[in-house]
Amino acid sequence: MSDILLSAHNLSVRFGGVLAVNKVSFEVQRGEVFTLIGPNGAGKTTVFNLISRIYTPTTGHIDYKGQTLTQVPPHAVAGLGIARTFQNIELFEHASVLQNLLIGRHVHNRTSFWSQLLFTRSVHEAELATRRKVEEVIDFLDLQHYRDTLVAGLPYGVRKVVELARALSTEPDLLLLDEPSSGLNMEETSDMAFWIQDIQHDLGITVLMVEHDMSLVSKVSDRVLAMNQGEVLALGTPAQVQADTAVIEAYLGGADDAASLRRVA
Amino acid sequence: MQELQVIFSGIAQGCIYGLIALGFVLIYKATETVSFAQGELMMLGAFCGLACVSGLGLPYWLAIPAAMLAMAMLGWLTERVVIRPVLGQPAFSIVMLTIGIGYVARGLITMIPDIGTETLAFPVPYKDTVFNLGGVVLGATQVVVVVATAALSLLLFLLFRYSRVGIAMQAASQNQLAAYYMGIPVKRLNGMVWALAAAVAAVAGLLLAPITFVHANMGFIGLKAFPAAVVGGFGSLPGAIVGGVIIGVVEALSGFWLPEGFKDIAAYIVVLLMLVLKPNGLFGEKLRKKV
Amino acid sequence: MRFIFKTDYDQDIRLFKHSGQVFWYGLLLVFLVVAPWLIEEYWLAQMTFVMIYGVVGLGLMVLAGYTGLFSMGHAAFLGVGAYTEAVLAAKGWPFPVSLAMAAGLSAAVGAVVGLPALRVKGIYLGIATLSFGFIVEEGLARWERVTGGNAGMHVKAVDLFGLDTSSNEGFYGVCLVVTVLSTLAVINLLRSPTGRAFVAIRDSEISAQSMGIHLARYKTLSFMISAALAGVGGALYAHKLQFISPDQFNILQSVDLLLLVVIGGLGSIHGAFLGAIFLITMPQLISLGKDYLPAFIGQAPGLQGLVYGLVLIAFVMFEPMGLYGRWLKIRTWIQLFPFYRKGMFKRQKSFQKSDRLK
Repeated sequence: MSDILLSAHNLSVRFGGVLAVNKVSFEVQRGEVFTLIGPNGAGKTTVFNLISRIYTPTTGHIDYKGQTLTQVPPHAVAGLGIARTFQNIELFEHASVLQNLLIGRHVHNRTSFWSQLLFTRSVHEAELATRRKVEEVIDFLDLQHYRDTLVAGLPYGVRKVVELARALSTEPDLLLLDEPSSGLNMEETSDMAFWIQDIQHDLGITVLMVEHDMSLVSKVSDRVLAMNQGEVLALGTPAQVQADTAVIEAYLGGADDAASLRRVA
Repeated sequence: MQELQVIFSGIAQGCIYGLIALGFVLIYKATETVSFAQGELMMLGAFCGLACVSGLGLPYWLAIPAAMLAMAMLGWLTERVVIRPVLGQPAFSIVMLTIGIGYVARGLITMIPDIGTETLAFPVPYKDTVFNLGGVVLGATQVVVVVATAALSLLLFLLFRYSRVGIAMQAASQNQLAAYYMGIPVKRLNGMVWALAAAVAAVAGLLLAPITFVHANMGFIGLKAFPAAVVGGFGSLPGAIVGGVIIGVVEALSGFWLPEGFKDIAAYIVVLLMLVLKPNGLFGEKLRKKV
Repeated sequence: MRFIFKTDYDQDIRLFKHSGQVFWYGLLLVFLVVAPWLIEEYWLAQMTFVMIYGVVGLGLMVLAGYTGLFSMGHAAFLGVGAYTEAVLAAKGWPFPVSLAMAAGLSAAVGAVVGLPALRVKGIYLGIATLSFGFIVEEGLARWERVTGGNAGMHVKAVDLFGLDTSSNEGFYGVCLVVTVLSTLAVINLLRSPTGRAFVAIRDSEISAQSMGIHLARYKTLSFMISAALAGVGGALYAHKLQFISPDQFNILQSVDLLLLVVIGGLGSIHGAFLGAIFLITMPQLISLGKDYLPAFIGQAPGLQGLVYGLVLIAFVMFEPMGLYGRWLKIRTWIQLFPFYRKGMFKRQKSFQKSDRLK
């Protein structure tokens, strides 16, 4: 069995006159934390949207577990074991945290419409099983006090965690995290770093993430891909990529700044 | 020959639909609120004109601006009292609110003793004039509708293209909070838009009154204006007029060629076809959320 | 003051959250069952209407309140159900079968009406459903061979395995059973994955999709369920009125149904029934109040429309959570007395965001 979980081959997508992603290729190994970095507009979230099948590539293709994703409809992506969080939180505002997470279990639903209508014994059992699974995620991320709170009333930092929790509820093999630490303070960011490590080591989930916080990137990533203007700049370990001159030029800042970054890494 | 006649009356009718549609596209562009009260505002405009002419004895050319002004004030007042407090609520609730406004308007008019339940004639100086263009007989009432619509559309186009007001309205409709931060007087703007929309509805009412007479249920014609707005593309001002004319012509021809009953639903069949083929209408824009 | 101490996941899943609920709903059920022996005929008939509109309201609540899909032509489904029942009853079909057919046919029409929902949203969907409403109404009027056209159609009494249900009490019983079963079915659906999928679609389509929810399938399902319930209500409506005509299922009826869900309280089961109670009692209250008003107001023909409009405006402005919302506030005030704080239910002030970018 191949060690490669996801691979992008010569991926390009064009929106009108804009080439948002240009011949991007990379491979994500099973069990690793793979990070995409780059300035805003580099095409990182677009790559995510290509994997989630929100967009269709103009050329190139994505393979997941040996199967090409190009024909897969968007709602089937979760069933394949891919979960994602969104850059600008897309939670179900008028539902409680618990309900958001329960919705995350949708892909594992095996009960039919008619048995739900009658709420048979099997539906009841399924509901209890779903609840138990969701409670595991709540435990993992310490969301107990927020269980019954409506999402609309939660502060930003907690919403980010709920977004992560909801993605974890789907029991994915591959987790796409879009800027998990944006908007979080230092303490919340270090919590997030620990969680990502736990997700990798305890839950065995492969993580593909987009991130701007270089200290977080250095701490948790196994490999980093730097992008700029839709193209690949460099690929390697966090240290290798941060030392790459093209990356420093485009994203990290001039020679003086690179030295200070290396100290943090 | 008869087809031309039918088509022209369809165009005239379509202009009315277009004017009403123009009213709620205006409101939609500025506040992203859909107002189901435009039909009733049109009805009120017609009654207002009637009151000016028959009740106050004003000459026709004075009654028009008077009615428009009165309706503009009513529109501004409605926005101030009823719409402003509820902005921020889901779109569905605001639509229900405007339906309520329509009910209130219709109810109040119907309650006026002796007048509310009657169908009244609207005296206009050009009522009996007809034009004869190579065999096609055109009633002056219809010609006036078309000419007035064209003139009004041009005025509004200039207003939105070359004034800051137009841009400010669009900004407020897309993100109210950001518009506030940019110093746009959103509340004042909204009041202006409703006043403008009410004035446009008044014009529609004054133009329609000689054709269908003035009565409390005139507003139901406003329902056909929604297909007009959809065909043109919600959010497009020229689209509203074009959509209206298309609906009007299709309707008139359906009544002429197709069996009975099709005329009433022609507009709705057109809109369904439009939603299947080109959901954003002829001039509408396709927007997509970036996640 | 009641504290629910949770020790079991079952407490969140089962129908009644605590013994108090069991007591009150049980009492309600007992009252409804013995009502024919306690209440005079006129009020029993009104209660029957409340139940019929309640069932239809349930359908619209699932569609608009829980799935967030705008349906402005809902009377069309009411009409399809009513006419199906009328035609089949005239042919002598037994009631349970004809009721199922009415529900089924309405559901099929619902699936068709729901097709635009797969492509367009918000106001466009509203206008599409509005258009369907007009087309169905016209269709019912034109299809004279089957429906009798604008002249209308008489409806025979309910044929329930030979039992006589032509009396007021008998028919009330039939409606009660149908209403209770429908309500239970809808509640079951809402606490299952399907109900959650509906709520997900309402709140964020794009993340619902990324959770594996097939949008087209669930939107169509919501339309079908909603239409089926309206069809069932329509079938009962036909038997109650004993005479139906196409103009009973026009835009005004559709708006009445929307009034029902908005005033009842969008997004709650109770709202459907509270809205139905409002819809049925409002004309009565107006008639009662007429005598106390000066003649030129009281006897005016437009009074009912005026009152409806004012009430609707008042609710949207001052009580957006509807009657059910007001009841929740009152109940909380009673439960927390004297510690109730004024701003407990206040939502954070929201500024308008563009709906086109949802």
